[in-house]
Amino acid sequence: MSQATTLTAATAGAAGDAADPAVRLTGLTKTFGRPGTAPVIDGIDLTVDPGEFVCLLGASGCGKSTLLNIIAGLERPTTGTAETHGPRPALMFQEHALFPWLTAGRNIELALRLRGVPKPRRAGIAAELLDLVRLGGAQRKRVHELSGGMRQRVALARALAQSGAADSADSADGADGSGATGAHPPLLLMDEPFAALDAITRDVLHDELTRIRAARPLTVVFVTHNVREAVRLGERVVLLTSRPGRIAREWRVDLPQPRRIESAGVADLSLEITDQLREEIRRHGRR
Amino acid sequence: MAAADPTETGETTGVTGTAVAGTATPDHDDAGLEAGLDALETPRRERPSLLTVARTKVLPPVVAVVLVLLVWQLVAAAHIKPSYALPGPIAVWHAFLHQWYLGTVGGIVGTSLGRGALGFLLSVVLGTPLGLVVARVRFVRTAIGPILSGLQALPSVAWVPAAIIWFGLSNATIYAVILLGAVPSIANGLVAGVEQIPPIHLRAGRVLGATGLRGIRHVLLPAALPGYLAGLKQGWAFAWRSLMAAELITTSPDLGLGLGQFLDQGRELSDMPMVLCAIVLILVVGVGIELLVFTPLTRRVLTSRGL
Repeated sequence: MSQATTLTAATAGAAGDAADPAVRLTGLTKTFGRPGTAPVIDGIDLTVDPGEFVCLLGASGCGKSTLLNIIAGLERPTTGTAETHGPRPALMFQEHALFPWLTAGRNIELALRLRGVPKPRRAGIAAELLDLVRLGGAQRKRVHELSGGMRQRVALARALAQSGAADSADSADGADGSGATGAHPPLLLMDEPFAALDAITRDVLHDELTRIRAARPLTVVFVTHNVREAVRLGERVVLLTSRPGRIAREWRVDLPQPRRIESAGVADLSLEITDQLREEIRRHGRR
Repeated sequence: MAAADPTETGETTGVTGTAVAGTATPDHDDAGLEAGLDALETPRRERPSLLTVARTKVLPPVVAVVLVLLVWQLVAAAHIKPSYALPGPIAVWHAFLHQWYLGTVGGIVGTSLGRGALGFLLSVVLGTPLGLVVARVRFVRTAIGPILSGLQALPSVAWVPAAIIWFGLSNATIYAVILLGAVPSIANGLVAGVEQIPPIHLRAGRVLGATGLRGIRHVLLPAALPGYLAGLKQGWAFAWRSLMAAELITTSPDLGLGLGQFLDQGRELSDMPMVLCAIVLILVVGVGIELLVFTPLTRRVLTSRGL
């Protein structure tokens, strides 16, 4: 696997201390319920550079979603720290989570409104984002009138709206009042966003996400249990153990984008990672 | 058709070609692929024709009403009971026409409808914040949630004697009984509506930054709307029922003549056609408001959400 280099978490950062990372997790541990119960995630150190695409990979019980919730600020770590730099992170789920009482366009406009984008600019940005996910004609469509793949694309557009990715043209305005974050691209946290889609649609959405990231600066933390998806998309794949979630190993994926999920490079690295993942899973059977 | 359309064949080979080569797909083909997928997967829904709607939605209730009237007329014609005790629908119709020519029907229905509407609106104003607090504040919910549900089971006519002692034979008595009947229904409807919200919507709202009052306005209330509307519908039924109970007992020359008082007059005169006419009017007004106001409103909300 000449394209892949194994890294340790400690050496993951590319630049020096001058530039803050987009995400920095230090000794992160989360325990639910009484203190003393087994932690869900245990001692995670992870740094994500601005503009990087990191895939978190793991079997059930590795605390992937908890980890994203902590980064998003929805949950607090039991010990350790989680810092993010740049605008408020946007979170995208496996379910589209669009509001069925609003049209596709209004869903995006609501995200903009809650971020403080003034009304006259909302419709324009929403239309631009729908164009970006190639749903220019769907602005007035209700959620139930869209297919699963289209819903997930609207959800992606909403997440982009929320993250501030639409402000690229006029970021000087500092729509959300955090204009000082100029250097940091928006942070998108994705929690198995394509897991519920059929293989054909998922494949197309991989291409779409790659295309959008080539067009706009974006930091992505992408959680998945699909090894090939992780290798198809990520610049770095982080394998987590289960119960508790710890970082087992990391791979840097140096294949050029856009990759194809069927390509030999993706397949080779996927094989290596799958072997390691299975080894981690087997460990639980032996206990 | 034009199978040899140059652009069409060109594009098809383009897609096949890249797939074989295994390299990245050019951008414009990508867009075509996505558009094709969208076209294939978009759910298609066909509107039923007006005739189908008439046959499946309108015909059955009309048949049922005609049947009921027919059986009623037959039973009345069989003289099982004397005709002053069980008049047929035709006699009741004549009683209605008699009132109509006296010019009293509009006033009677108007009085009751006005009281019902005002009482219902007051109930909405009180029941909505109450429901919101019960749904959102756990302590309040454990404290008064069961009481609120229990109040729904209490027939509101039971409040009439108490209300008369408090407020005398006045409009206040009537409104108090309506409120005690309708507020619990409306509050409970909102509580149920909030309970039915898929957790993912609340989570999405939090992620988008809709917290506190903004969360209630932009996520909680619109998401709970179907359950809330069901509560409003039931609230109206309870308000109307309570109003009739109150009017039936709270009769006084100082109070305007409503349907309940009209019904009571019929009883005093032992005028069975008048009594039945009042009953039918109460039924028609109550159901009519439901069909004209709440059913279309509920349907609009549900269809716009694809439910």
